[in-house]
Amino acid sequence: MLIQILFYGFSLVLVAAALGVIAARNPVHSVLSLVLCFVTSAAIWLLFEAEFLAVVLVLVYVGAVMVLFLFVVMMLNVDFEQLRGGFTRYAWLGWITAAVVIVEIVGVVTAKRLGVDVSRGAAPLPADYSNTEALGHVLYTEYVYAFELAGMLLLVAIVAAITLTMRRRVGLKVQNVSRQVSVKPGDRVRLVKMPAEKRQ
Amino acid sequence: MITLGHMLTLSGVLFALAVAGIFINRKNVILLLMCIELLLLAANFNFIAFSRYLGDLDGQVFVFFVLTVAAAEAAIGLAILVVLFRQRGSINVEDLNEMKG
Amino acid sequence: MHTMNENVLLAIVLLPLVAAVVAGLFGRAIGRAGAHTITIAAVGVSCALSFYVLWQVTVAGVPAFDGPAYTWLVSDGVRMQVGFLVDRLTALMMAVVTFVSLCVHVYTIGYMAEDDGYQRFFSYISLFTFAMLMLVMSNNFMQLYFGWEAVGVVSYLLIGFWYKRPTAIFANLKAFLVNRVGDFGFVLGIAGVLYYVGSLDFSDAFAAAPALAQESFHIGQHAVPALALICICLFVGAMGKSAQMPLHVWLPDSMEGPTPISALIHAATMVTAGIFMVARMSPLFEHSEVALSFVLVIGATTALFMGLLGVVNNDIKRVVAYSTLSQLGYMTVALGASAYGAAIFHLMTHAFFKALLFLAAGSVIIGMHHEQDMRRMGGLAKYMPVTAVTCWIGALALVGTPFFSGFYSKDAIIEAVGESHRWGATYAYWCVLIGVFVTALYTFRMIFLTFHGPERFRNAAHAGHADGDAQEEPDTASDHGHHGEAPHETPLVVTGPLVALAIPSLIVGFFTAGPVLFGSYFQESIRVLEGNDVLGEIAREWHGPVAFALHGLMAPTFLLALGGAATAWLFFLRSPALADGVARRLAPLRTLLVNKYYFDWFNENVIAAGARLIGRGLWKGGDQAVIDGVVVDGSAAAFDRIAAASRFRLQSGYLYSYAFWMIIGLAALLGWFLIAG
Repeated sequence: MLIQILFYGFSLVLVAAALGVIAARNPVHSVLSLVLCFVTSAAIWLLFEAEFLAVVLVLVYVGAVMVLFLFVVMMLNVDFEQLRGGFTRYAWLGWITAAVVIVEIVGVVTAKRLGVDVSRGAAPLPADYSNTEALGHVLYTEYVYAFELAGMLLLVAIVAAITLTMRRRVGLKVQNVSRQVSVKPGDRVRLVKMPAEKRQ
Repeated sequence: MITLGHMLTLSGVLFALAVAGIFINRKNVILLLMCIELLLLAANFNFIAFSRYLGDLDGQVFVFFVLTVAAAEAAIGLAILVVLFRQRGSINVEDLNEMKG
Repeated sequence: MHTMNENVLLAIVLLPLVAAVVAGLFGRAIGRAGAHTITIAAVGVSCALSFYVLWQVTVAGVPAFDGPAYTWLVSDGVRMQVGFLVDRLTALMMAVVTFVSLCVHVYTIGYMAEDDGYQRFFSYISLFTFAMLMLVMSNNFMQLYFGWEAVGVVSYLLIGFWYKRPTAIFANLKAFLVNRVGDFGFVLGIAGVLYYVGSLDFSDAFAAAPALAQESFHIGQHAVPALALICICLFVGAMGKSAQMPLHVWLPDSMEGPTPISALIHAATMVTAGIFMVARMSPLFEHSEVALSFVLVIGATTALFMGLLGVVNNDIKRVVAYSTLSQLGYMTVALGASAYGAAIFHLMTHAFFKALLFLAAGSVIIGMHHEQDMRRMGGLAKYMPVTAVTCWIGALALVGTPFFSGFYSKDAIIEAVGESHRWGATYAYWCVLIGVFVTALYTFRMIFLTFHGPERFRNAAHAGHADGDAQEEPDTASDHGHHGEAPHETPLVVTGPLVALAIPSLIVGFFTAGPVLFGSYFQESIRVLEGNDVLGEIAREWHGPVAFALHGLMAPTFLLALGGAATAWLFFLRSPALADGVARRLAPLRTLLVNKYYFDWFNENVIAAGARLIGRGLWKGGDQAVIDGVVVDGSAAAFDRIAAASRFRLQSGYLYSYAFWMIIGLAALLGWFLIAG
């Protein structure tokens, strides 16, 4: 009963936050709404005993991705009001599409031939069940190759993001360590011999 | 008791809202990216729900990978956005039609 | 000497080819004398060897040669090869072909002396000899067809020899096209043989003939006897080559070529290819009464009706050409009556006297400074005695005067048709009988108009043109067409061949009629079924050439010929006014004849125009409108329009529109999954 209350509560918050994401006037509010979405989603996932993913969602998304979003939104000096223009022009199309998609998803889910019993409940897990351990077990055995690929993908993404955004300013003075190390005295000091000038 | 139907309905609503968001915020690239995150989240809801109700952990593994890819995508997407803004001083989608046929 | 030497046979065929290549490609280097020396030498050797082979098969009793010389390729068990079948039929044809060809070569030295294309001409006629020998000596359908087509190509080149004359170009195109019609039938016939026999060799086809006679070919629900179909298809080819109605139209026009060509094509070689082919295929034709009746009727029609055209024509060469058509009809009639021996015999005698007549006509043309219209000749016997005498001999042979060579062959044909009980034989008999009268009429008309009577060439006025006859005046004659100048006898190179041909025209029939017609000359070369052997029937009455000729003096055919000659004398020598009167009274008939039964009109206005109409319709409607307009250009234009539309509407370049489309596509896919999946 408690779980149901929690589910409905979090669901309401999630939907409201999602509405906020798409309808907020201020993009900072949108980002914050999205953060709320992720947090409530994590809570709902906890209800479904997907603890590891819930934690990852909070850590990765709320902690990193959304901060990045927030950072970008705040850093870029964008006139967001101007971008809001035409909000209502395509709104009807958006809502129609959304309605159609909902109807279709319901249709697919309830389609008899797929054999999905939407009214079934989840079997309770044993008391000593550890979601993280089970997931790790699968991830490091059966999906180890995909896991390594994902790691490589992240590496590539890091490199790509850095390369894309790195900027070399003209006239920027930086140290060149190798030149500093390999410097010789002769390069720095020049001994000049010249006749003494007569006192005037 | 929370059934599969509940979860799927929630996910469907989330998905539909994200789709509507793409239509509504069609000019703002940042919001488009955020709506895509929302779409992926809705998809992840389905994975987790089925994983839980079918007692199969593979769905959660899939969510793990989806999160990874989505994070990478967000990072690169934002990086591109930053570069774009530097180049043009705007992220208005209406200005970005060099690919016009 | 018990077998034939293959190298001798190869030499006979290849020498003219080598000479043709040398004269054709190196004509400039070897000069005029070089060109005629090498070609005459080659054809001369070829001729000598041919007579040697003839001697071998007839006198020395060497068995027939049948074997491959070179296998080109083997495909699915069908051998395509060059091979020779040399039996008595072939040997006779080889001798005739090479001998006439040699005469023409010699004669050409005089006739073409002033022509620019001297070497080219010698190259062509040597090539023609080669092609004809390939055709005649073949032992399989492949090579036969090769020779057949090669002969056609060279004939095309020769008719259009004076390629600057529009009429010559028209004539050679006409010859080519008409022959294509015939050749198409020929190819179908060969295909039929290959389909049913599975081999292209004559020997295989002949062996399979009796069995083939039982087969039938199904067109839809109708069963057609296969052998009759094959034979008629083959004969359609022969109709093209041997100019039988209705595919005869090219032959009179082919007179546009130089006269030696008219002699070569019309006397000995190309036109007899069809006759020879049917005789060679006698084992096939014998088993099909239907095909033989077809041959008989076509031949009889040609023999009579083409002869009639000769009566109204004024061009000396065309008169001889129509005479050739008529005589080819006689040969075809003989084939149709199963008297193959008589056909080949007439082919041989006709080769001599028709070549003689053509060369005599050519000689007259040279003597008259390239004037071909008989209405401007007359009285030439005084100026050109040798030509006149030889021409008389040729004419007498042609009309079938007893003891002359033409008599034996022609009378044998007429009697053979009389003996035949085949369907259509009665019609054919009457046709050839009346044909005798017609032959005499046009032949003596030509003789009288040309060599006797008043000397009309003196009055240079072009009176003859008022007649409205559409005879072409040769353009090349213009530079030395001095009308009114006295005609002269032609040089020895021209009269020599005339004399050389006059002698066999006179005597060859007398000496060879017995063995060739009624003896066992052809042995196995020609097969005649028991019930069809009309020549065998006549042979019982045969008591030697003298008796045959004496008997012929009292036969109706001779009386008819005499009547024809007398009529010609009356109308064209004694009182030309009478002829005009008759012509006026029979005006519609004359119009019909002058217009050659409207065959050309029909071909040009119905067949050619119809083909052009269909072609234009398919071109404009089918090709330009549908294929080009709709399918090719239309699809491209449609793509262009769609692409242009999508370029500006779909490919907006805006990120959100791509996102829209992705989402709409997703929704559509889901919907499809729901509804259809």
